[in-house]
Amino acid sequence: MVYIPHTDAERRAMLATIGVADIAALFADIPEKFRYPQLDLPEPLSEMETLQELQFLAGLNLNANTTPTFLGAGAYRHWVPSVVDYVISRGEFYTAYTPYQAEVSQGTLQAIFEYESMICDLTGMDIANASHYDGATAAAEAVIQAYNVFRKKRNKIVLAPTVHPQYRQVIHTYTQGMGLEIVGGDDPTTEIAHLVELVDEQTACLILQTPDFLGQLHDLSGLADAIHARGKDAQFVVITNPISLGLLKPPGDYGADIVVGEGQPLGLGLNFGGPYLGFYATRAQFARQMAGRLVGKTVDIEGKDGYVMTLTTREQHIRRDKATSNICSNQGLMALAATVYMAALGKHGLRKVAELNYHKAHYAADAIDAVEGFAVVRRKPFFNEFVVHCPAPVEEINRFLLEEIEAVEIIGGYDLAQDYPAMANHMLVAVTEMNSRHEIDLLAEALSAFGD
Amino acid sequence: MTEPLIYELSSPGREGVKPPQLDVPESALPQGWLREDLPLPEVSEIDVVRHYLRLSQLNYAIDKGMYPLGSCTMKFNPKINEVTARLPGFTGIHPLQHPDDVQGALYVIYTLQEYIKAIGGFAGVTLQPAAGAHGELTGVLIMRKYHLERGETQRDTILVPDSAHGTNPASTSMSGLRVVEIPSDARGNVDLDALRSQVCERVAGLMFTNPNTLGLFEEHMEDVIDIVHGCGGLVYGDGANMNALTGIMRPGDAGIDVMHFNLHKTFSTPHGGGGPGCGAVGVAAHLVDYLPGPIVVLDPNLEEEDDPYFIFHEPPKSIGRVKAFWGHFGIMVRAYTYIRMLGSEGLRRSAEHAVLNANYLLSRIKGVYPLPYDRICKHEFVVEGRFKDAPGVHALDIAKRLIDYGVHPPTNYFPLIVPEALMIEPTETESRQSLDNYADILLKIAQEAHETPDLLHAAPQNAPVRRLDEVRAARNPVLRYEH
Amino acid sequence: MKLDTDVRFLETHEWARKEGDEIIVGITDYAQSTLSDIVYVELPEVGDTLSKGDQFGVVESVKAAADVYLPMSGKVVAVNTALEETPELINQDAFGEGWMLRITPTNPGEWNELLDADAYQKVIEEEEAA
Repeated sequence: MVYIPHTDAERRAMLATIGVADIAALFADIPEKFRYPQLDLPEPLSEMETLQELQFLAGLNLNANTTPTFLGAGAYRHWVPSVVDYVISRGEFYTAYTPYQAEVSQGTLQAIFEYESMICDLTGMDIANASHYDGATAAAEAVIQAYNVFRKKRNKIVLAPTVHPQYRQVIHTYTQGMGLEIVGGDDPTTEIAHLVELVDEQTACLILQTPDFLGQLHDLSGLADAIHARGKDAQFVVITNPISLGLLKPPGDYGADIVVGEGQPLGLGLNFGGPYLGFYATRAQFARQMAGRLVGKTVDIEGKDGYVMTLTTREQHIRRDKATSNICSNQGLMALAATVYMAALGKHGLRKVAELNYHKAHYAADAIDAVEGFAVVRRKPFFNEFVVHCPAPVEEINRFLLEEIEAVEIIGGYDLAQDYPAMANHMLVAVTEMNSRHEIDLLAEALSAFGD
Repeated sequence: MTEPLIYELSSPGREGVKPPQLDVPESALPQGWLREDLPLPEVSEIDVVRHYLRLSQLNYAIDKGMYPLGSCTMKFNPKINEVTARLPGFTGIHPLQHPDDVQGALYVIYTLQEYIKAIGGFAGVTLQPAAGAHGELTGVLIMRKYHLERGETQRDTILVPDSAHGTNPASTSMSGLRVVEIPSDARGNVDLDALRSQVCERVAGLMFTNPNTLGLFEEHMEDVIDIVHGCGGLVYGDGANMNALTGIMRPGDAGIDVMHFNLHKTFSTPHGGGGPGCGAVGVAAHLVDYLPGPIVVLDPNLEEEDDPYFIFHEPPKSIGRVKAFWGHFGIMVRAYTYIRMLGSEGLRRSAEHAVLNANYLLSRIKGVYPLPYDRICKHEFVVEGRFKDAPGVHALDIAKRLIDYGVHPPTNYFPLIVPEALMIEPTETESRQSLDNYADILLKIAQEAHETPDLLHAAPQNAPVRRLDEVRAARNPVLRYEH
Repeated sequence: MKLDTDVRFLETHEWARKEGDEIIVGITDYAQSTLSDIVYVELPEVGDTLSKGDQFGVVESVKAAADVYLPMSGKVVAVNTALEETPELINQDAFGEGWMLRITPTNPGEWNELLDADAYQKVIEEEEAA
């Protein structure tokens, strides 16, 4: 039997040691009417056949990595250096669990400490936890931290309409039992200054995204002071794209209280949406209100440096119903991948990747803007994603890009009409270092052929 | 044996892997918005390889040896799973591509939903939750919304047995509900009298772990479920212990209304040093409309002769999405691979051998380690890590001494209702030799506890570090590298 | 283990001591010994008005967190800020330097409802036996 090493003789000897006649006797306490149901599953396959079946299924998908792709909207096609998969494929990392026994988990613990340090460096914050499930759940936990900082006495949350629509949904899902009032509306043209005016002394936090869902960069200067003043220390939560921080001043420098985001761009593949990585950083004074695991540095009884999980009394296994969150398993291996990515690119490489994204996106915007009928919406500066007003529904254009051009398939941008009814015919276009000049020119050419 | 931090290997100006050259004209950067410094390490690729390889060698892992963490199901992670999950047609697809272009992926999600429905006896499944606790939150929110939709707004209470995982009460309070704890009886079951005294019209449901965290099958399962249903409450199944039941019993058949599965436990996907997991949630027919959306369904507009075509569907009374995109697809591919290789019989045999192994290991150490509840166990069991005639020896000392012998300790100090608990779950993939080796070590340590207890107190001595000062770490937290 | 006799107790291991018109509150030496090394203490704000039995703070060790309850109703007039930096004062001197807060009682009659040293000693013995 696959993966079960017992021989018949061993099984018999083991049953004798236990003192039962057969394996069925071990299940005698299960009511008989429920025992041994017939499961409606297909006949098992060998490893060879299983691989063939999955190769067939994988082959039915259009691989965005090897196709010119301009789709982003929260998941980005970036180059992943070979060293990342090399490290996360080590059995010592991926077949270990949560480092409950610190003495034989120093590899995992130190890697998490390095991850926490790098996230702090990137975001300009004091402390970072060991990860959340993704950017959306990290954003929801940020709202809950703010709610907890004010001891659940402030019920108002100001949520920017340009936060990723799925993150907005997850925030609503997570907090549906907390009786919060979430304001900010759903008009994506709402100015941040207007949102700040909604902050009052009943407000636990204001949460915005930059670059936002539409790719726009928001000027954060002065916002923290305004929010803290109007809202009597209401928290300022910023969702951001970690690659943009290779180039741009981090939210921590602008006085943000919590910085979260999707870590997928840091060396994780597209993987059809997961597993990704929620990163989460805050100020030191909120260490005990933060959710998630934390690793700290200490010494062993001989004075040697070592790492342990710490401040664990915030967590569910000790604090139970009073814990800051129920989170237990997180994205350990994905955090390791991001750590290796940040180390391998380092100070200079991450800056270069960020610049590549910026320049290529701006080149692409100019190229598309030059196509008749297409206009780039330029209300704000942008990083690697921007909005294009199109002469037809985006779905139609995307079908054209995929199917109607000889010998070329292009995966177009995201249809914003799905989330913002007023944005029919608006396409969100993402450009990363993976888009060569040739791919960008191809897209512009294809768009100019649209409607011919 | 210690390894410096990656920052300490840094050399100013050194570059690691190189991004491509810019092939388009430069655009003006937004002056005033640019960061002055990015204090990440400056290391080469070989520095990175050696550093993380050396770190990996400081870890214990399933691939090294037995790792019987109770409640965690540290079974073998088949290598084929890693191969299938890394097929370019899976890793390279964007979550927002048109469904036409990702039918292979949607097939995997749909089929895995169907498999889990079949294994659990449920009418609907979502694969969106990222981990067990995330599945619990999903399940409790479903229970809450179900009552609200029926106008039973007074149901604000979740009953949680005192042996439950800490995530149960934490998930409950995150959902805005109140926790009432139910004690265990003398045989380790839910105390039925206590349960009866708490059921009322305020009860939204009970969170039920079966087999419970003592590794014992609830002898009054049907009574427990009937009592809760009798007051209008729902029964949530904590599926962390499903490895004892695959192919043996479908929780849905017994009346469990909603339950999460840990694909990283029961279905062999790797634990990754603390995740990622997948906390699939199965529900009975009356809760299908409440699942977080979207789920993958067969296109209802298909004609009989059409090829199958899969689409996303939003359940009409959904609690809302609990995560961006569709869940941990890469983990789903691994679990799909596993179930495909085992089939119905393989899953049943896995549960049978998980239970055989636990009872065998228990038989080998029974009489030496105090056993609070002497019954046939399921996939795991709990003994006390203390001896009346060796005061001063604690479960922690035994755990650390196991490290000296080159194996991983069990879960300790959980469940909270057993003093000095050692919670041992060997899983089905351990051979008899491996179990005998572990039993021999435990027996040797019990002897040492009486004869040479200092060996236990000083343990581990055969590990990369000795016992670490957790008090110092908590009193003066150092949570990042200081430049 | 120390057990001061000039104070009164709650079953949940808090002590109260009269000093002039004020009441000083802390946790007992027995409580600190079961928690072991205390790493963090959360205290209310000066000026808070609390009732008898209200949770007024949390005492944390590495592996446990204990809620602490007020023995008498009153207004908080001082908290022991030294505990922020040196929570181990509770381990070292639970009835002295490890005091937690000072209140002006709003219902001084509640003093008579508290356990005396003998009664509290019995509480400890019962817990030890369990």
